Amino acid sequence: MPSRRDLLLAAAGGVLLGGTARSVLAAGAAPGAEELGQLPSKKLLIRRSWRPPNYETPLADLVPAYTSNDAFFVRYHLSVIPEIDTDTWRLKIGGAGAQKPLMLTLRDLKHDFKRVSLVAVNQCSGNRRGLFAPRVPGVQWGNGAMGNAEWTGVRLRDVLTRAGIAGEAVEVVFNGADTPVLPGTPDYLKSIPIERALDERTLIAFEMNGRALPHWNGAPARLVVPGWTGTYWVKHLTEVRVETAPFDGFWMTGAYRVPAGAFPGAPFKTQETPLTTPITEILVNSLITSPLSGARVKAGSRVELAGKAWDGGAGIAAVEVSTDGRQTWRPATLGKDLGRFAWREFRYRIETQKPGLLVVAVRARSLGGATQPDKLTFNPAGYHDNIVQTVTLEVG
Amino acid sequence: MRGALPGALLLVALTGAWAPALADEDAIQLRDGSWRDLTAARCAICHSLDYIPGNAPVLDRVGWQKVIQKMRDRFGAPITDEEAQEILDYLAGSYAAKP
Repeated sequence: MPSRRDLLLAAAGGVLLGGTARSVLAAGAAPGAEELGQLPSKKLLIRRSWRPPNYETPLADLVPAYTSNDAFFVRYHLSVIPEIDTDTWRLKIGGAGAQKPLMLTLRDLKHDFKRVSLVAVNQCSGNRRGLFAPRVPGVQWGNGAMGNAEWTGVRLRDVLTRAGIAGEAVEVVFNGADTPVLPGTPDYLKSIPIERALDERTLIAFEMNGRALPHWNGAPARLVVPGWTGTYWVKHLTEVRVETAPFDGFWMTGAYRVPAGAFPGAPFKTQETPLTTPITEILVNSLITSPLSGARVKAGSRVELAGKAWDGGAGIAAVEVSTDGRQTWRPATLGKDLGRFAWREFRYRIETQKPGLLVVAVRARSLGGATQPDKLTFNPAGYHDNIVQTVTLEVG
Repeated sequence: MRGALPGALLLVALTGAWAPALADEDAIQLRDGSWRDLTAARCAICHSLDYIPGNAPVLDRVGWQKVIQKMRDRFGAPITDEEAQEILDYLAGSYAAKP
């Protein structure tokens, strides 16, 4: 349900509603008005597009340590998304680099391999694209194309080992059950380097937060690549191919790429060109969940600042807060460590003093030594917005 | 998306009468303009029309031209040269970014 505040904001803004009772517009973070919408089995989320369905998690649902399954963001590229019968679902393991191709049922997956759980942030490559300046085309995500969950499944490595990996294998390619409308539209296939596929933390997951994966988050099984952006976390997995040559599908060679040398992160050597390279690891980042920008507080009162910080797997070393225009920084208190791929909660008590506008800036530093930058590194697709965020309080 | 949507349901929303949701994108209405119906017909083959107002603040005429080219060349959209010109005229006329 939307809050009364959201509804009032929608009404006050004179913004019109969608054609059904399932839509409501809410004022929120940039850019502009946000329309809420609801997919079956999900709660109201920020709708970025109807079809394919792209829904963002509202800020309030990013407050709990684990993002609930019914609030977790939804991101699709293709519009044909079948409901999968788990009894007839099969996962095919093959490719030129697989010596013993095999076919697995969901029961095989759950019973024949060691079960593994880990907590990890799943963040869309384009999270915060809507905040980019100058603006760039694409789904205009705000802060909520991300979430933190416990993922349970089996190691991809264990499954691939049963299929026998050839020495010449360079990449592993993943296909899901979602398909394009037109035959000329590239199907959504992604690859990862063989080394990343064999990393013990790369999972084929069938549970999220202790329950079966929601349909809209990839049921019955999806890839989980902790530390890497969501584009690699292929949903509704149907096929895994061990390949001995770089995969040249559109979604590798024509999308999800960043300028060569522009960002830190794991290399993807078999997919590099002189100009561009695939986006890989999530950069160190943070999100202020409270207070909201524009909040009014009494001079002399205390304000509890809270939020989350995360990176691509080094872990968070510190979160620092500045209330004097980024001149001096003081450490926030970090919450429980849920694992190095999870986000870390932080808290900080602001002592307000004189009336006026108070700009609060937050920056996270990773155990790898990376710190959030002040300036955006522009790239045409609008990825990796991890610049320092601020909230402005009205102290009166 | 902002504007252009029929707005009779605020009352329903305020009374909390939420139906379980199925995508009902038919509510999306594009602004008037020549070639609107052609644009709607071609674009909606693969995706809902909210992508158009969603990207309007970002794209000028050159930007829309690139998008149409990408839809034809990379995604296989069945759009003729003539139609591409007409769709561009519509999008650049009704949904171009303000400089």
